[in-house]
Amino acid sequence: MSILIALVVVFAQTPTPRGNPEAGKALFAKIGCYQCHGREAQGSTATGPRLNQNPITYTRFVSYIRKPSGEMPPYTAKVVSDQQAADIFAFLQSLPKPAAVENIPLLK
Amino acid sequence: MRQSSKFSPTRRKFIKGAAVAGAATLGSPIAPAIESKPVQPLGPKVPVQNARAETEVPPEVDVLTTEHCGSDFMVDVLRSLDLEYVASNPGSSFRALHESVINYGANQKPEFITCCHEESSIAMAHGYSKVEGKPMAVFAHGTVGLQHAAMGIYNAYCDRVPMFIVVGNTIDATMRRPGVEWEHSVQDAASIVRDFVKWDDTPISLQHFAESAARAYKIAMTPPMEPVLIVADSELQERPVAQKDKLQVQRITRPGAPQGDSGGVAETAKLLVGAQNPVIVADRAARTAAGMKYLIELAELLQAPVIDQGGRMNFPSRHPLNQSSRGRALVSDADVILGLELTDFWGTVHAYRDQLERSWRPITKAGAKLISITAGDLYIRSNYQDFERYPEIDIAMAADAEATLPSLIEAVKRLITPDRKTAFQARGAKLATAHQSALEQAKTDASYAWDASPISTARLCAELWAQIKTEDWSLVSSTQSNWPARLWNFDKYYQYIGGSGGAGVGYGAPAAVGAALANKKYGRLTVNIQNDGDLMYAPGVLWTAAHHRIPLLSVMHNNRAYHQEVMHLQRMSNRHNRGLERASIGTTIEDPNIDYSKLAQSMGLYAEGPITDPKDLGPAVKRAIAAVKRGEPALVDVVTQPR
Repeated sequence: MSILIALVVVFAQTPTPRGNPEAGKALFAKIGCYQCHGREAQGSTATGPRLNQNPITYTRFVSYIRKPSGEMPPYTAKVVSDQQAADIFAFLQSLPKPAAVENIPLLK
Repeated sequence: MRQSSKFSPTRRKFIKGAAVAGAATLGSPIAPAIESKPVQPLGPKVPVQNARAETEVPPEVDVLTTEHCGSDFMVDVLRSLDLEYVASNPGSSFRALHESVINYGANQKPEFITCCHEESSIAMAHGYSKVEGKPMAVFAHGTVGLQHAAMGIYNAYCDRVPMFIVVGNTIDATMRRPGVEWEHSVQDAASIVRDFVKWDDTPISLQHFAESAARAYKIAMTPPMEPVLIVADSELQERPVAQKDKLQVQRITRPGAPQGDSGGVAETAKLLVGAQNPVIVADRAARTAAGMKYLIELAELLQAPVIDQGGRMNFPSRHPLNQSSRGRALVSDADVILGLELTDFWGTVHAYRDQLERSWRPITKAGAKLISITAGDLYIRSNYQDFERYPEIDIAMAADAEATLPSLIEAVKRLITPDRKTAFQARGAKLATAHQSALEQAKTDASYAWDASPISTARLCAELWAQIKTEDWSLVSSTQSNWPARLWNFDKYYQYIGGSGGAGVGYGAPAAVGAALANKKYGRLTVNIQNDGDLMYAPGVLWTAAHHRIPLLSVMHNNRAYHQEVMHLQRMSNRHNRGLERASIGTTIEDPNIDYSKLAQSMGLYAEGPITDPKDLGPAVKRAIAAVKRGEPALVDVVTQPR
């Protein structure tokens, strides 16, 4: 039990590895993340939630793509390596905030 | 040797009556029979079509024309059913009926609408009926035509939409022309689609046709409304009618829609009034504008949230009690759930997970009461599984929801006390706040990827809304990724017509044209958000729209894929740990990209695109609307994000 707790603590404290946003952007398209979440990770109520400006920790991110609790298909390390996951995470973190709704005439 | 059809007993019977008229038509004595040379055996399926055979006096034929044929009477019957249009791809098995419609009937009620595929004919009738609330007729070959039509009929069956299908067939084998007429004849034409039409018949006399047509119409228009089919035998169509006066067109009395039993209504009212968190879920609840009005009245009486699942235009999108975007949360928290004409009650109250091990769990609270009102309980067939998984219901009324709502409203009114009214008002205020928050959230969500290319579906819908919101508009396609439902103000019944029913792809474009045909006489701006994969099933319907001057604005949601299938392939690739690089094989519509504006232009439409820069979209839609206002169909091709 103590070993398990230790592992969980280590895992939870794993620092976010350095990711490459440009590589992550390419991967986001190549491995089909955009099919459900949109090319700008804007999300869709029909397929997958917004990932842009919807921060979760890297640990939570990796945990979820490896073993999703919902409908999302699992991305094992065989399909997406840890480094690739880090790149995608870096891409999501790099996405800019959109313009405020008040500044978009069609959405006022 | 080939026999003349004159020797058939049935043929002899009508000739006896028609001989005088036929002779008068000819205007000269009937040519005496001459001995002809032996007819040479024909090669298989190759009738003699040379000049000699055409001009040679046929042996023993004494009557060649008639001015009173059975198909004229069939047109009289169709007229009695108030059928405005018949959508059809022409076919020889109903050639007499076709000719009677355009000549005897002067091509009015029904007017012949030329279609390029029977699937288009059916889907046009489907879309028309959902706007107009009554059937359109469809003519089809009993074999190959009906086979083409089958998927569309299944969609209409699942969607509970009435349509009046007439299929041609040559039942008497001795009457068939050698060759193709045999391939296009069938023992039991309706068997092809009997699993998904509500009723069919194969009349063997004209009076039989009249009575069966009336019966079929009545059955089609009684909830649950469904397609019906009548076989028109080619001999019945083409044979002269000796005594038309003796034939009678039937009067139709439509039965009232079945209403929920009084006990069920009273118990439902009691549960709804006493509930802390009631939820009304509506799918195909509103069959007419009155249905929407009733639902508003019930919801407002109770200040209960409404989740509109979109099978019909059930509830105004900007009504404060419209809580469709919070459906799952509300169902999870509800103590009473009233389902009105739900396609899938089980799916409404369960969460389902499509992973390697498929799993599900209820999302309702323990003790939550489930009430169902649906005409679907009156009509379930065995083979096709559109009835969905069996739900455990506390009160089930096998009845039409719209017809039941007035009595339910009255029952609720009788039970509301001042205390309950106060509680309802407090609930309504919270729901109004939640509704406003959902609208603000929708706008925020739409702002993401606002300037992206490919264009986001939110931007597409926002640009489209900006151009149509001051018009009398009608959206006749699905609400892509729910954006119109989230951003637009739907408050009229005809502003939305629901989906295909059976999710058979290829419905969208022709259904939109059919709906636009129905909207035409009301001067409405008909709007269609058109999926690319759907259009490619039978794009010829664009020609039909141009040919018949049917005004329709189509804006392409061109994601260059069968996107649902991309996601399924993605799911399988991940599940099998094989990566996703090949998931596009067989699921995308690229290389080459299809130029939908050129496709549309080739069929006579005003068209623009492909639009890839969102800044170009609004002006393009504006120009297309100008064309539609001139009475033309128009198309704007927009390259979009997947969803």
